[in-house]
Amino acid sequence: MNKLRNSQLWQLILANARELLREPAVLFWGIGFPILMSIGLGAAFTKKKDVTVTIAVIGHNHLLHSQQDSVSVIRTFLLKNKAVLIIGKDGTISRELNVPDEKLGGTTYIFRELNWNTAMTMLKRGNLNLVIDENQGHLRYNFDPMNPDAQLIYLKFSKLMNDPDLIIRPSETEIQPLTVTGTRYIDFLIPGLVCMGVMMSCMWGVSYDIIEKRSKKLLRRMVATPMKRSNFLVALITVRISMNFVESGLLVLFAWLVFHITIQGSIPALLLFFISGNAAFAGIAVFLSCNTSKTEIGNGLINLVSMPMMVLSGIFFSYHNFPAWSIPAIQKFPLTMMADGVRSIFIEGAGFAEIIVPSVIMLTIGVIFFTAGLKIFKWH
Amino acid sequence: MMQEAVIQVRNVHKSFKTVHAVRGINLEILSGQFVALLGPNGAGKTTMVEMIEGIQKPDSGEILITGKQWKGHEKEFRRIIGLSLQETRFIDKLSVFETLRLFASFFSLGPQRCEEVMNLVGLEEKRQSYVVNLSGGQRQKLALGVALLNEPKILLLDEPTTGLDPQARREVWMILNKLKEASSTSLILTTHYMEEAEQLCDYIVIIDHGKILKEGTLKDLLGKSSADIEKKQEYHGPPRNLDELFIELTGRHLNE
Ligand SMILES: Nc1ncnc2c1ncn2[C@@H]1O[C@H](COP(=O)(O)OP(=O)(O)OP(=O)(O)O)[C@@H](O)[C@H]1O
Ligand SMILES: [Mg+2]
Repeated sequence: MNKLRNSQLWQLILANARELLREPAVLFWGIGFPILMSIGLGAAFTKKKDVTVTIAVIGHNHLLHSQQDSVSVIRTFLLKNKAVLIIGKDGTISRELNVPDEKLGGTTYIFRELNWNTAMTMLKRGNLNLVIDENQGHLRYNFDPMNPDAQLIYLKFSKLMNDPDLIIRPSETEIQPLTVTGTRYIDFLIPGLVCMGVMMSCMWGVSYDIIEKRSKKLLRRMVATPMKRSNFLVALITVRISMNFVESGLLVLFAWLVFHITIQGSIPALLLFFISGNAAFAGIAVFLSCNTSKTEIGNGLINLVSMPMMVLSGIFFSYHNFPAWSIPAIQKFPLTMMADGVRSIFIEGAGFAEIIVPSVIMLTIGVIFFTAGLKIFKWH
Repeated sequence: MMQEAVIQVRNVHKSFKTVHAVRGINLEILSGQFVALLGPNGAGKTTMVEMIEGIQKPDSGEILITGKQWKGHEKEFRRIIGLSLQETRFIDKLSVFETLRLFASFFSLGPQRCEEVMNLVGLEEKRQSYVVNLSGGQRQKLALGVALLNEPKILLLDEPTTGLDPQARREVWMILNKLKEASSTSLILTTHYMEEAEQLCDYIVIIDHGKILKEGTLKDLLGKSSADIEKKQEYHGPPRNLDELFIELTGRHLNE
């Protein structure tokens, strides 16, 4: 027991763990930040929120009661539905109509009386998407068909207008919103955040740490003792990967409690795959840090490697939005490989059979980069 | 009895891109001997010491430790050498004791030796303090403590007291003087301070521009030099201390 406690590997592991745990910022970026991100993005994209849309109504007479003689479809519609009349201090006239919807999220329509020019200006500024002008009971919808928001508003509103009973909750039976576990955005996001966390943690925790110790001349001081060089790296990587287990575990636990995400596939396969992914990034991190003693250069290198992967590897949105020719290349990035694999286990219920190939590839990537890095590693 | 030379440096040269940092230095350090490498900034002290430490490789010449080359004996030498670099920053968020413990483990030493060293360098009160919270002097003492962990046969200290106040400097000298009485450790230290060389070392090597200007015991140096200088300059009487000697040798002040 004493022998173990005095062993250099154990003392190196202890030193690294202490260094890590005594740095509050590290805990925040490692644990707090991913959770906050999952809350923010999860809340923004998972539950449909109520939306407010502004619709311009051209010309007079459509929003106010008084003009009995003229025919106005819009006025009839608004009055029948008891849309609230709002007259602004500056004389602007509008009516507000709220259409609640449990499944798709409610919509509040604000109808504003405008002249054509003002309406166009507001349209250009993106303040509204749909302009209606009515001529003797004939409605004309003006909107940009290339703008999906405008299309959506047009469809929703015209459906409402054509409904004989006017407000009934639309789509009570026809629309089945897909919020089943496994198909929500949060189900897509959490595995991605886990993988991104591993990548960032290896980059900063391994690469930056090595470069900083080199710049402090601490590496040089340590190798001027009988310390085994491999022990130094093994300790650093061991502590980092253990920390990644904790960080990812907490994130998944949180997502399970709050968003009820579940792991549909094999957990042992997930563990193996997770370790392979960690190995890949730890190897890359050692390679990145093998030669420079300038933290600024380290900073640049880390960003150079991690930024493109963060954007391209489908962490926040699917990389299938990128051009078809680029997808085979994107799929070869380690982060893509890891995110795809972790997702397939979380969402699609994958097991060893599906992940064994990418697992081996990632392990190999890790070993190759680690060995190459070690070959040219500058200790002094 | 012939004393054993623990360090032999033979005609060593070392250049960097544009600088010829060490130009043909010869040294021989005996067991138990304390040697000072004295010289101004850029003289080549650090380069020389780091070559002896096996951290840098000479371009030419030979360095022998206990009669053997670095090549093939690195493991063995690492066990008997203790050193402190000119600038090392230990891990900020480790305490004094934890830092000692970490380095002790590299020599397969346990906590007991760490306690001893902590007492030796007078850091008992700072046992739990993080390195980041230590004063400059306390850090130097910690670096010295780390160098002493393995009871080194050869101790190499690069400017161990630079930046310390006179009081702290004297404390370091006391630690080293005690070591001298108690063991047969050989010491090479580099310094800008004449007083340090005078107080601690039995042999003084003055270097500048990568060459040895003069070497010998304090007495030798102060006695002999007058003769050389007499020829060139007006005679002022023999230099009374190393400062004057240095000005006579180079026309410059050491601490400039
Ligand atoms: N890695 C290096 N690359 C380039 N030049 C170097 C390097 N190390 C030292 N030098 C140069 O070699 C010369 C000797 O440097 P060295 O550090 O040995 O001096 P020193 O006597 O220790 O000085 P100081 O008292 O300032 O510590 C200097 O001119 C220095 O600029
Ligand atoms: Mg120096």
